Amino acid sequence: MSAVGLVFLVAVLLIVLALVYFLVSTIVALRKITAGLDTVIAGVGEIVEKSAPVNGVVTAINQQLDAGVDLLEGLLVQKAGLADAVGLVDGMYPGAAAAGLREFPESTELHPPRIGEVYTRGTLTLARLGREAPIAALSPTGAVLRNVAGGSLAARALYPDVRHTTPEKLPGSPVIGAGAPVQYEQREDIGAPRRRLRAKSS
Amino acid sequence: MLWLAAIVLLVVVVPVVVYLLNGVLQAARSIVPSVEGIAGVAAAGSKDLDAAALLLTTKDQVEQTVAGLANYGGSLDVILDDAGPAR
Repeated sequence: MSAVGLVFLVAVLLIVLALVYFLVSTIVALRKITAGLDTVIAGVGEIVEKSAPVNGVVTAINQQLDAGVDLLEGLLVQKAGLADAVGLVDGMYPGAAAAGLREFPESTELHPPRIGEVYTRGTLTLARLGREAPIAALSPTGAVLRNVAGGSLAARALYPDVRHTTPEKLPGSPVIGAGAPVQYEQREDIGAPRRRLRAKSS
Repeated sequence: MLWLAAIVLLVVVVPVVVYLLNGVLQAARSIVPSVEGIAGVAAAGSKDLDAAALLLTTKDQVEQTVAGLANYGGSLDVILDDAGPAR
C-alpha cells in the first residue's frame, strides 16, 4: 500500500470512528429524551384526566351562584325598591353603587340615597332584611318615616319609644363629703383603741 | 494531487465532521435536563390537581346553600311587604 493510500485509510477510519462515537452518544441522549417525554406524556395525561370534569363542575357552581345572586338582588329590589336597594348596597359597601345591581342595569343611573348616614349600622343591617324593618313594628301601613335629608339622629325615630326614649330628668347622683346635704354625726369610738374585755376568772 | 486530497481529507474534513457531530451531540444532551424538568413539573401539576375532585363536594355544598337561600328568600318574601311605588 502506498503512503497516500495509507493517509486516506487513516482519514476515513478517523471519520468512521467519529461518526460511531458521536452518533452513538446522540442515540443515548435521544433515548433519554424519549424516556423523559414518556414521563411527561404520562403526567400530562393525568392532568387532562383530572381536569376534565373541572369545567363542568365550575360551570355548575357559577350557575348556582348566579342564581343565588339573582335571587338576593331580586328580593332586595322587591322589598326595598331599586333606589333604596342601591343605597343599602352602597351603604354597606361604599362605592358599590357605581357598579349597580347586575340584573338591573338601570341601577347604575340612579343616585343612591345616603342611607348609611341616616341609619345606624344596626338599623342598616335590619333594613337589609326588608324595607324599614324596624318601622314595620310601628307603622306597617304608614308612610316611610325615614328622613333621608336629616342627620344621623333621625335614626332614633326608627326605633320603638320604649327602647330608646331618654327620661327628661334622671335623679341626681348623691353628694358626699363635707358639702353633702345630709351630714351624719361622727361616732367617737371610731378610730379609738378597741376596748378589751376582762378575762373571766376560773 | 492525491497527496493534496489526502491531506485535505485528514486536516479539514475530519475536524469539520467531528465539529458538526459534536454540535448535534451537545444539542441532544442539552435537551435532556429540560425534558426531565418538564417531566417533574408535569408530575407535580398532576399531583396538585388531586384536589380537583373536591370540586364535586364544593358543587354539592353550593347547591345546598343556594337551596337554603332560596327557601330563606321565599320566607322573607312572604313575611315582608314589598316596596311601595317609587318616590
